[in-house]
Amino acid sequence: MTAAFPLILSGVQVRRQGKTVLGPVDLTLSANGTTIIVGPNGSGKTTLLRVMHGIERIRVGGVVWENDDPAKHAFVFQTPIMLRRTVAENLAYPLMLLKTPKDQIDLAVDHWLGRIGLDSSRGGQATRLSGGERQKLAIARALIRKPDVLFLDEPSANLDGHATREIEALLHEVANAGTRLVMATHDMGQARRLANDVVFLLNGRVHEYGPVEPLFTTPSTLELMAFLRGDIVS
Amino acid sequence: MNRALIILITVFCAQVSIADVMRVAVTTSFENSGLADVLLPAIKDDLDLDVQLLVVGTGQALRLGEAGDVDAILVHSKAAEEAFVAAGHGTHRREIMYNDFVVVGPKSDGAGAGAAANAADALGRIVAADRAPFVSRGDDSGTHKAELAIWTLAGIDIADLGLRYQSVGAGMGAALNTAVGLNAYVFSDRASWLNFGNKGGLVLLYQGDPALFNQYAYLPINPSKNSHIRNDLAIQLEGWLTSQKASTLIDDYQIAGEKLFTFNASSP
Amino acid sequence: MSIDEELWEISLRSLRVTLTALLIASIIAIPLGTYLAVQRFRCRRFVISIINALMGLPPVVVGLVVYIMLSRSGPFGVLNLLFTPTAMIIAQVIIITPVIASIAHQSMRELWAEYHDLLISLNTSKWQRILTLIHDGRRNLLTAALAGFGRAIGEVGAIMIVGGNIDHVSRVLTTAIALETGKGDFVLAMGLGFVLIGISILVNLAIHTLTRTEREGRW
Repeated sequence: MTAAFPLILSGVQVRRQGKTVLGPVDLTLSANGTTIIVGPNGSGKTTLLRVMHGIERIRVGGVVWENDDPAKHAFVFQTPIMLRRTVAENLAYPLMLLKTPKDQIDLAVDHWLGRIGLDSSRGGQATRLSGGERQKLAIARALIRKPDVLFLDEPSANLDGHATREIEALLHEVANAGTRLVMATHDMGQARRLANDVVFLLNGRVHEYGPVEPLFTTPSTLELMAFLRGDIVS
Repeated sequence: MNRALIILITVFCAQVSIADVMRVAVTTSFENSGLADVLLPAIKDDLDLDVQLLVVGTGQALRLGEAGDVDAILVHSKAAEEAFVAAGHGTHRREIMYNDFVVVGPKSDGAGAGAAANAADALGRIVAADRAPFVSRGDDSGTHKAELAIWTLAGIDIADLGLRYQSVGAGMGAALNTAVGLNAYVFSDRASWLNFGNKGGLVLLYQGDPALFNQYAYLPINPSKNSHIRNDLAIQLEGWLTSQKASTLIDDYQIAGEKLFTFNASSP
Repeated sequence: MSIDEELWEISLRSLRVTLTALLIASIIAIPLGTYLAVQRFRCRRFVISIINALMGLPPVVVGLVVYIMLSRSGPFGVLNLLFTPTAMIIAQVIIITPVIASIAHQSMRELWAEYHDLLISLNTSKWQRILTLIHDGRRNLLTAALAGFGRAIGEVGAIMIVGGNIDHVSRVLTTAIALETGKGDFVLAMGLGFVLIGISILVNLAIHTLTRTEREGRW
């Protein structure tokens, strides 16, 4: 279901308050697998994701999808945004927007509640969930409309090891089922665990892009080498 | 369910009545006398007429009449009334009854207003003694105009009085409240004073001067102003107000054993 | 009519006038406040400033303007609405709509800031956004409505002018209190005042109970 790809960014630039936050960026993303975006803080990872999803205003350049259907993307934010409703209602919300019949909504909600293990909290307020539970709920909510592409902005950045493991397992399943994942992360181990290909972003520009293993074992740029070593790169 | 809803809405919004309805603007001093509570039921019985009273100051009553928002007015300010009729706002002016004004003040009466020879003298003494201030309605009402007339008679310019003269720009009740609060002298209509529930340390000091007589007149509004004016009802009411029955009710009306109004309507 | 019957009559009329005005004002103000929170347009800041400024409109001035409009010698005189409870409702709607709109706008703006990225990401229409905000922010909107109620139930200047305080027709608690105070009957005025405060407390309690129920997730 990835007829939307390839995704081509050409000469994309984003400016904020006079500074160029991202760009120029030229990037072509292929149809399959999981792309992970890495880079130091402030390198523009979040902005790049938002540009691809279409919720960031671009000053210069263009983003071209092969077959763009905005309903077929979904986004998971670094700090999950919970609606002030119950867990089940949060899950149901994207389907309600599409005016899906109630019985279908109930089926989908039940399915996902089971999958993320929040069935017992279904009637509680989503704002009362823990960080890890919220993020799982946000991912499930993003997936409930069966998107072609799922964008994730450092989803386990604020979570402990246990929650991170749960989320990675979920993402693994999802990727295997055919959903294209494009994800930013801080965690180099996570990148290695999940990626098919990797984008290395530095100061708003793409420094390297390629399949995961070669990139990590034999980085071509000094900056990436330093970054992988754990140095602070800017 | 729907029927019940419709009935509920109708009852909620209903402003329907079977009797004739007319609006009369009257002054606060008339309302304060309580005479309306005697007259209105009798009018309803005899004429099947619902008289809606708007109780406002004389100035506002004249304004409402001018705008054609009421069918008739009952006020007590002869000069203003004659101007009103001359300007074509009212069809004519019919005298109904009169009451009188009194001078009220602190029980101690340091100025000796109670012993004055006439109304002008009373006011003169109050100013001369300068022991307690004088509170005026200052609202251009019939009562206020009558008060100003007495000052003129006494030859005193209130602009020279400074803080001895406190103009409150309000109705009779509010002015009396202020006078009680300041322990001051005040010019009031008898009815408002008798009915006033907060007399405090004030008592009635001076009365009786014919200059203090207060004539009430009834003025139907000119129907040519707009199509809503019920001139027919206004004439009907005028007939009743000048009848034998009204005469008896008005003359017999008392507060605490005191007669308030004297009926003096003559044939038109 | 006995004192009890009269009291009942003017209390019910007070409630009828104020609650009707509240309903109408809320229907106008809440979508307006929400729309202003989500839609960017050129004069938006100007409109918001105007609404905030209108909160400070002296009710007596509103009463005067409505009187001039509804007077038989005025533009809407043909409607014959002057000195009726309907005129009072009109005046109160004008007075409390800016209050409700301003408070609603404030809380909707905060909620929109919270939901902004998610709702845009989900491709919601303008209308869907407004409905979602109103639904999820309903407790704060209720507070806004309560503020409007408070302003209206205690208002006396405007409704005195446009209603005329006519016995059995347009007399309500506040105008009756003004009348009795003017007559010097302080005891009665105070009594009426207590009834007014009592009604206000009852309504506030009712709303408070409703919102607390919602917090337990039963709404």
